[in-house]
Amino acid sequence: MNKTGSGENRNRRTTLLLSGLVVGMFGFGFALVPLYDLFCEVTGTQSLSQRKINPADLQMVKQVESDRLVTVKFDATVNPNLPWDFQATTRSMRVHPGKTYEVNFVARNRSGDAATGQAIPSVAPWQATPYFSKLECFCFNKQTLDGNQQTDMPLRFMVSPDLPADIQSLTLSYSFMRLKASKNKTDLSKLLPQIARQSATENTLPNR
Amino acid sequence: MTTTTLNHDEAHHHDMPTGWRRWLFSTNHKDIGTLYLLFALTMLFLGGASAMLIRLELFQPGIQLLDPDLYNNLVTNHALIMIFGAVMPAAAGLANWMIPMMIGAPDMALPRMNNLSFWILPAAATMLILSFVVPFFPGGGTQINTGWTLYPPLSVQVGMSMDFLIFAIHLLGISSVLASINIIVTLLNMRAPGMTLMTMPMFCWTWLVTAFLLILVVPVLAGGVTMLLFDRHFGTSFFDAAGGGDPVLFQHLFWFFGHPEVYILLLPSIGVLSHVIPAFSRKPLFGYKSMVGAMLTVATIGMVVWAHHQYTIGMSLGAVTYFMIGTILISIPVGLMIFNFIATMWRGAMTFETPMLFAVAIVLMFTFGGLSGVMLAVVPADMQYHDSMFVVAHFHYVLMPGAVFGLFAGVFYWLPKWTGHMYDETLGKIFFWTNVIGFNITFFPQHFLGLAGMPRRIVDYNMMFTEFNVISSIGAIIFGLSHLLLLYIVIKTIRGGKKAESRAWEGAKGLEWELDSPPAFHTWTVAPQIK
Repeated sequence: MNKTGSGENRNRRTTLLLSGLVVGMFGFGFALVPLYDLFCEVTGTQSLSQRKINPADLQMVKQVESDRLVTVKFDATVNPNLPWDFQATTRSMRVHPGKTYEVNFVARNRSGDAATGQAIPSVAPWQATPYFSKLECFCFNKQTLDGNQQTDMPLRFMVSPDLPADIQSLTLSYSFMRLKASKNKTDLSKLLPQIARQSATENTLPNR
Repeated sequence: MTTTTLNHDEAHHHDMPTGWRRWLFSTNHKDIGTLYLLFALTMLFLGGASAMLIRLELFQPGIQLLDPDLYNNLVTNHALIMIFGAVMPAAAGLANWMIPMMIGAPDMALPRMNNLSFWILPAAATMLILSFVVPFFPGGGTQINTGWTLYPPLSVQVGMSMDFLIFAIHLLGISSVLASINIIVTLLNMRAPGMTLMTMPMFCWTWLVTAFLLILVVPVLAGGVTMLLFDRHFGTSFFDAAGGGDPVLFQHLFWFFGHPEVYILLLPSIGVLSHVIPAFSRKPLFGYKSMVGAMLTVATIGMVVWAHHQYTIGMSLGAVTYFMIGTILISIPVGLMIFNFIATMWRGAMTFETPMLFAVAIVLMFTFGGLSGVMLAVVPADMQYHDSMFVVAHFHYVLMPGAVFGLFAGVFYWLPKWTGHMYDETLGKIFFWTNVIGFNITFFPQHFLGLAGMPRRIVDYNMMFTEFNVISSIGAIIFGLSHLLLLYIVIKTIRGGKKAESRAWEGAKGLEWELDSPPAFHTWTVAPQIK
């Protein structure tokens, strides 16, 4: 400013620089989409519920804890993009840690067209996630239902005896999501590797 | 430089335009500042009206006036209008009026862009109001019941009113980014000869930092809501879990903007305080350099602690610990500013005109809001307070004193300069006391409500919360109505009153007080020489 005559040029230069910064920050907003995943992966600050558990850290199941009972509740939802009915035949059960149980889910295709979906599990409270072990689950694979078909979907599970003592009740929740997109909005393929990773982790939990 | 500016001025203002042309085509920083301030005042009453309806509904448990969707629509609307419509334009209005006069510049560096950045605002406000109104028309879709944070998946499912809102945010963002660029260019290039960055008035410093913050974070919000728009209409899945997206990503994008936004609202008022408190204490500002340093520290740390708004999303322990420590660290530079203000007042020859009353109220009440902020920053405590009325009480205690009272102080402080008339001091004091008392009756009980477990953003509440809600609603009526007095004082002062001297306040320092009151249409066409 103090140099006579150069004011207009200096203003133009500063304005251009700042405009560049604005455009850059707009781009940075979009760059955050992949960066956010990358950051979590590199630093390991991924959310607690997805934290990988080292199976060696968990106590091998030697015996059933017959004097301890834990309530397991089952919740089933379907994403609106999949015209299915989906529910557990049992709302909740009392289980002994270390013992294997089986529970049945029923899925029915309300529409006349075949569709493929995959169930995505989650456990609440999240602290219980690593201690809930699915030995056999329909969520490991994608499921195809023909038009109006109804099918049973069994789940065999066990709660690890290492489950912290303050957790007396936990909820297993499934949401079914459509896999093959019939409309543009519903492509699940991006999610598949993530599901596979999660299932693999769960399979390594003690199952003897 | 002086010569260029003179030529430039002559090119655009052969004489002063009259009538509506003066305002619509204005490139004069004073006129545009006035427009900004009048716009903000209008929006203050609109946003205040929605707040009144909210408090009226909460006067009793049960659902009296508003159905739950409309209630949440009002909550959304109140926040957006107050933040983007009232506080930010008012701060920009002060900047437009004062910065060129304070640094001895003839006008803003980019006068035509200045015109644009204001005149985008009415369009943006129209979109914002439409987003509230559209659902009442047939086929208008559902109401925006998300709150101002616009979290998906709900915001993806809301009807077309959300699209109006998204475009309103785009326009508001463009407006404030343009204004920020203008302010930075002005401050960096247009200072009077001899005025260095470290000797320019504090208000200019606060706006320099504010403008940089705006440039850094507003585009990220614009990107975030653009992704929302794409998810809604173009089949992308940025935030849709069914398509491999992550709704939490939006929260990160939003609060990357949302947290620095808090300082964007706060800092201009800190700037005003740095003029008002020395003027009425008749002492120079204590610790100018440390103020600048504290402000830069606040802005820097403030950029990287956004996830303290999201403690409950299930971040890892390491992440929440980092965000907790970072957040609590901010209280150190903010405390430094507060201590600087107190040290400025210390043993000063203080008088308590209306601007000073507001300034003292800020020092007390903003500190109080800051303390409840430290409570909220503590992760295990926040798990309890999250989304309760305690949060509502906290952010109103920082935003009302921190931002709005600062703007009131600035308006009363500079009103004699702008209009050439002294405002009615008695009315000013009555306004201050009704305003501050009304505010405290409204928001203080909400701390207790929150701690007792009353959630926010819910139209109905448990019977046990009735008493405090009644008190709060009565306070809100006092608080709300007191602003009519502000309107009256401002109109009265514009129309007439005791003639203000060029140095309207005995202790006022700075270049703006060397100009006439009211200043000529063009000032500092010859730059003053600073020794």
